[in-house]
Order: sequence, then structure tokens, then C-alpha cells
Amino acid sequence: MALQVRKATRARPAAPVALLVFAAVGAAFFVVPLIGIVLRTPWAATWDQLRSPEVLTALRLSLLASFSATAIALVFGVPLAWTFARLSFPGRAVLRAVTVLPMVLPPVVGGVALLLAFGRRGVLGGWLATFGIHLPFTTAGAIIAETFVAMPFLVITVEAGLRSMDARFEDAARTLGASRWTVLWRVTLPLIRPSLVAGAVLCWARALGEFGATITFAGNFPGRTQTMPLAVYLALETNPDAAIVLSLVLLAVSLVVLIGLRDRWLGSS
Amino acid sequence: MSLEARIRLGIGAFELDVDLKVDPGEVVAVLGPNGGGKTSLLRGLAGLLPLDAGRVSLDGVVLEEPAAGVFVPSERRPIAMVFQDYLLFPHLSVLENVAFGLRSRGMSRPEASATAHRWLERVGLAAEAQRKPASLSGGQAQRVALARALATNPALLLLDEPMAALDASTRVELRRDLRRHLESFQGVRLLVTHDPVEAMAMADRLVILEQGRVLQSGSPADVTQRPRSRYVADLVGVNLLKGQADHGFVRMPGGRVVAAASAESGEVFAVIHPRAVAVHRQRPEGSPRNVWPGRASGIELLGDRARVRIDGEVPVIAEVTTAALKELDLGEGAEVWLSFKATDVGVYPV
Repeated sequence: MALQVRKATRARPAAPVALLVFAAVGAAFFVVPLIGIVLRTPWAATWDQLRSPEVLTALRLSLLASFSATAIALVFGVPLAWTFARLSFPGRAVLRAVTVLPMVLPPVVGGVALLLAFGRRGVLGGWLATFGIHLPFTTAGAIIAETFVAMPFLVITVEAGLRSMDARFEDAARTLGASRWTVLWRVTLPLIRPSLVAGAVLCWARALGEFGATITFAGNFPGRTQTMPLAVYLALETNPDAAIVLSLVLLAVSLVVLIGLRDRWLGSS
Repeated sequence: MSLEARIRLGIGAFELDVDLKVDPGEVVAVLGPNGGGKTSLLRGLAGLLPLDAGRVSLDGVVLEEPAAGVFVPSERRPIAMVFQDYLLFPHLSVLENVAFGLRSRGMSRPEASATAHRWLERVGLAAEAQRKPASLSGGQAQRVALARALATNPALLLLDEPMAALDASTRVELRRDLRRHLESFQGVRLLVTHDPVEAMAMADRLVILEQGRVLQSGSPADVTQRPRSRYVADLVGVNLLKGQADHGFVRMPGGRVVAAASAESGEVFAVIHPRAVAVHRQRPEGSPRNVWPGRASGIELLGDRARVRIDGEVPVIAEVTTAALKELDLGEGAEVWLSFKATDVGVYPV
């Protein structure tokens, strides 16, 4: 009994003061910039800014490019994740490392690498040109750049989902006569749905914010390759109010993503 | 409907080497300790674990024979399996779970639903058709798993520890239900379990599997009366010795000779029921032919009786009343004498 009482009163550990000071500085480091955006937002002009052609064009292009990148990532990334999770073959570890490299690679380097692959004199660029396909400095190029940077997030999330799912459900389905294709569509993918959704959302959010690879590989052409982050950067010099409004939009989107995934990434408290 | 299987497969250092035959109309239970290869055997039969060698044939149709390059994949074998924790698809309703096998095998959606519904009625779960598996009790989940397996009308039904996930309180009733469903099913029925009560309640024949090998096979009565392994002897609770018979005696490998009235010749098992073993503090006088000293090393109370393990040249378990335990003042480590009659030793060839 006495032991229980003591335990109850010890529920809150005493924190060293110095530690709390450092923690407060750490927290302020994230909070202050956000407050900055909110305080400096020209609320009165926000609506007009949002309706201005530059902003709308950038927004439209950003949505198109980020959703296209996510779709491409789903089509190719899910099979890739499945391969990493379920098959073992020589060179798997290396291939997997290369696949997730863009997560840590400076995006500008990614853009340079894409130019060297798909550019006019790139490894595949010349060959693609014979079909009349030119990727650099086009909207398709912006989509490719975003896919390159964002797809790894989908791949590793889906792979983790596949690894943590009980593969015996697939065995059960097979003993019930389901072909491998049926097993994939009716058992595996539904069972890893939370990972698929989380992976797609993370991928989309990363694609939406992509800057370095896009500006390097696709350039900065309004209406063609100038996505929101590029527009923000450019507007900062010419029209700071527009830059802030655009930033606010991107911030809102990020918040919505974070709230949507909070159970998964922040833990439910 | 019959199954004939010779299964050889290795998983790491573990090797499974089993010959198994299930005759028409028979329910066979593979009984053995966990880690003995029971689940691997089922997975091998189901095609989920490819054989290294051997042959599986069902009603004369070869499903797998590595030497001949025959391998029918799981989804094309006429089998169904009830898994230990049932593995009902959590994202599908109870009805969709039961209809899954029918849909996979090409039945139209309305027809599959109707058939699945009939199966749910048979197992008394029609009212739960739209529920998700997570909301079912263990017993209900087991019946859904059984309905899902039987709905496809398999030629071979495999059950992996079908009662293991259930509460002890509901087990007796559910075992009776399961037995009834198994009886009404025409195909080959094979279940694996580590629970001897379950095996004996369900099966016409037991196959004892330990460390990847079949140690014994026979009717429950035969297996319990004539255990051929320490595992079965412990399950049944008898002393099992192995030695060389020599006209009235059995010579143990250590040199100890046990008088056994029915011993003739050859290598034999000798079985002694613990109740036939008497325990004394002094060397007993009188008729028992088998008398030797030992040390009480473990005492287990079972109601008004106690099982005393006596270590000596040949370790033997004796069963005495708790009153006798008190009277003899038996504790762990006590020096004792044990005795049993030559006529109480059952002998049968290895």
C-alpha cells in the first residue's frame, strides 16, 4: 500500500532547470518563425493576393505537379516497396540504398543528376529526344524532379507496412484459391492501407515543397515549371506580400498533413 | 478420399521427415510438442513450404513430387486450412471472409454470397454476417474460419491447433461442435495439436510427431496403452523403460535388470504405472521381485495423491496417497526404497 502511494506521488519527475531552459530555446526556434509568418501576413490583402494570376498559376501548377508525382510514385513505388520487402536478391541492399538516397541527397544535386540522365546530352536524353520527348525545363520535367525527390518517402513507408504485416494472411488467401494477383489486390494492399495512405501523403507533401531539384532540372518558367516554392522565392524580391501569402498557403497545407497523420507520426496522447 | 504423403523438408537445421497416410473416413491428429514440426508438416501439405523430397498425393492425384518436377501451387490445390489464430481477413466482413474462397475460385458474387450465407447458418452465425472479425469472440471466429475453409468444398481439410486460441472454459463445448462439423465433412481431415485431450477427443488415429519424426501411430487407446516415446509416456503419465527382454527379465542399458513376467526376447519397451510402484523408507520384505534404492527428487501433489520422482539407477515415478506421503515423512532428497511386481510390468516389442 505504502509503495503504491509513493509511486503515485512520483508520477511527475523533477526536471533539472538547465534542461528546461535548453528545451524552451529549442521549442522557440520552431515557434517564432511560424509566428513570424502569421504576424506579417497582410490579412487584408490576402484574398486579392490569392486571386492574383501569378499566385493562381503557381498554385495550379503545384497541385498538378505534386499530384502527378504522387500518382507516378504509387504506380512504381508500391511494386518497388513490395520487391524490397518480399524478395531477396543479390544487390538488394545497394539498390534500396540508391532508391532512398534522394531523401538525404541535396535536392540540387538530384537536379544535376536528372539533367545528366534526361538532359539534351544526358544518358537517356538523346534517346528520348529521338521520340520527340524533352524533359528538362518542361512541366513534365518538374513532375519528374518532384517524383525523384518524393518517391523514396512512399517507398520506405509502404515497405515498412509490408514488413510489419502478418504475411500469413497471404498464405490463408492462397489456400483459399486466390491467385497471387488476387492476394495482392484483395488482401495485401487493403491490409497495408494505413501505410499506403501515409506514404502517399508524405510523398505528396514532399513533392509540393520541392525546390532545389525542380529549379535545377526544370527551371523557373511561370505557368510551366514555376511551382509554389519557386514562386515564393522569386516573389520575396519583387512582391514580399505575395511571398508571405504563398508561404501561408504552404504552411496551412503542411499543418493539414501533419494533423491528418498525427496518430501515425506523433503518437496519440 | 485419401491422402498419401512422404514429406522431407529442411528449415535451417531442422529436418522434417514424415510418412503419412490418411484413409477415407478417418480423422487423423498429429500430436507432438511445440517445435516438433507440426505446422511445417501442414504448410508442406498445403504447398506453402516446398518439399525437398517426397511426394504428396490426394485421391491418387500427385500434388507435389520434387523428383518428378511436380508442384501444384497452393491456390490450385483442392485444400483448405484452418489456421491456429484463424487469420480471418480483418478488412472484410464475416460474410466476405466466408465468400473469399468461392470468389477466388471463380464463383459469381451473388452466388458466393448465398453459399457463404448457407455456411454461416450451418455454423450458427448467420446473424453475424455483416460484422467484422475483430468484434467476434474466439469461438465465433473459429466457426467462421471453419465455414470459410469448408465453403470451398476441399478434398483435404487441414486444421492447425484449432482450439489453442480459445478459453479453457468454452473449449469442451466448442470441441464437441468442431467434432460434429468434422464428422459431417466428407474429405480427408488432418489436424495437428499439442494437446492430447484435444487429439483424443477429435481423432480416430493419432500420429506422434517429435523432432520432425513420427514416433508412433495408432488409435488413441493403442497409443496410450503402449507408448513408444518419453513424450507420450509423460503425456499419459506412465514410466517407460527400454531394454533387452530375456525370458522374464528386461535388461536396461545401465545394467539394471527389471523382472517382468511377460518378457520374452528382443528389444522391448517396459511400461510401469506409477500406482503400481510402492515406496518404503526401509528395504521391504516380501514378494515384489523388483526392489531398489533411490532418492526422492520431486514431489507433485495431485488432489489426494502425489507423484514422487525417484532418482536412482533407473529413474521411476511412483504415485502414492498424500496420507502415505505423510506417514513415510517423504521430502525432497529422502532416501527411499521402491518396489513393484513383475506382473505389473507391461512389455511390448520396440
